[in-house]
Amino acid sequence: MNHDIVEKNIGLMVVLVIIAISFGGLVQIVPLFFLEETTKPVDGLKPHTALVLEGRDIYIREGCNTCHSQMIRPFRSETERYGHYSVAGESVYEHPFLWGSKRTGPDLARVGQRYSDDWHRAHLINPRDVVPESNMPAFPWLETQVLDGKYTAKKMEALRAVGVPYTDEDIAGAAEQVKGKTEMDAVIAYLQQLGLLLKQKR
Amino acid sequence: MSLFWNIWIIGLTLICLALVTWVLFANRKIKVDKDGEPVTTGHEYDGIEEYDNPMPKWWFNLFILTLVFSVAYLFLYPGLGSYKGFFNWTQINQWEAEMEAAQKQYGPIYAKFADMPLEEVALHPQGKKIGARLFADNCAVCHGSDARGAQGFPNLTDNDWLYGGKPEQILHSIKEGRVAAMPSWTAALGGMDGVDAMSHYVMSLSGRQHDKSKAATSSTQYMQMCAACHGADGKGNQTLGAPNLTDNIWLYGGSQRRIIESIDKGRAGVMPAQKNLLQEEKIHLLAAYVYSLSLDEEPK
Repeated sequence: MNHDIVEKNIGLMVVLVIIAISFGGLVQIVPLFFLEETTKPVDGLKPHTALVLEGRDIYIREGCNTCHSQMIRPFRSETERYGHYSVAGESVYEHPFLWGSKRTGPDLARVGQRYSDDWHRAHLINPRDVVPESNMPAFPWLETQVLDGKYTAKKMEALRAVGVPYTDEDIAGAAEQVKGKTEMDAVIAYLQQLGLLLKQKR
Repeated sequence: MSLFWNIWIIGLTLICLALVTWVLFANRKIKVDKDGEPVTTGHEYDGIEEYDNPMPKWWFNLFILTLVFSVAYLFLYPGLGSYKGFFNWTQINQWEAEMEAAQKQYGPIYAKFADMPLEEVALHPQGKKIGARLFADNCAVCHGSDARGAQGFPNLTDNDWLYGGKPEQILHSIKEGRVAAMPSWTAALGGMDGVDAMSHYVMSLSGRQHDKSKAATSSTQYMQMCAACHGADGKGNQTLGAPNLTDNIWLYGGSQRRIIESIDKGRAGVMPAQKNLLQEEKIHLLAAYVYSLSLDEEPK
């Protein structure tokens, strides 16, 4: 029994602990940064437009992702309700990803084009106007707050730095595209484009 | 997966397993000093000393069990690089098997109704029941669980139809969706006073209380601007989805304020097309169910 060597040399113990716990990450996480399945965008995937990007940030600000996941697992019970299961290639331009693991509300990975813009507007202003039994909070201020687009270009530049292929024109026109739009417009634009690339009839 | 990552994953996994096995077995011996006495840790409290023994057998055996489990798992399931495992299991083929089993169970039922005319399905108890479930899952979010709609979302039980209530028209509405396009008329009517006057004319069409002089000033404008879609008599046009203005059924609310809002802002109700979202057989059952909802109602 030589465990006293490790127990009496704290530096050695730290090194050995790091080695012991790094195996899992090295095997399960590191390869995902390089595999085609997880790094190649699905056909037709484009970076978010300026308005959609702002909508996504409002989605995060309001904490939508704490109650709504965006991850359809490959189970029949899920694909029957939401559509095609989610694949990694749909999320390669997502920073941070919003997959989530908690579903108080339904999954939103393929909510795009499923309801009309008017429905989303009514529902976000007061969910109980259209779904009486809903326990979702109301977000009426989205309708009155107007975007100024001050940081839109900067956000795009930051995303470009981590690999989202925005062009110079995208960034130059960003502020112009969102100026004057309400936060409601932006959130709806974001929701209506979610998960349109993979189709499968329910 | 490239050869490098294959080797990386398999190598690290096996090295990890080998290391834990080595740690486990390297600590099995009870150490003795030169007199054959077991070695202690050197800790002594009130004359009580602590043996430096390996862990007990039951505990050791639990570790052995985890090792056996991991080796069996890596043999049966995917884990070692691109080795597919003895069972050839993937998330996707598990899902496919689930879908196939469901198709076997439910496919014949859907097929039976798919071949049945909509009018017949609408009277069939089982068909209606399936339709009701599908409606609750897919349509109730907008049209309400009782199908009576909400402001901006049509009531489907009153036999008043924007785009026609024949079974095949309902089927078309569900499949292809509908897009209404009522523009804003404020500019054409010469500002909000014109809109206000027009709202009186619109209310006069359904025989409601209204200001007769205001309505009279708008009648010419109605014929010029509104009649093209809503008809000279105000009875609407189902090919365009222009609502009947004479029946006192209001999609966006019938108060004067709401009517003014409709004329001022315009309305663009959208029914999303379901043909790419729902299977054909399900749409068939839904159309029949919606048709069945107002069979008892007089057409309007």
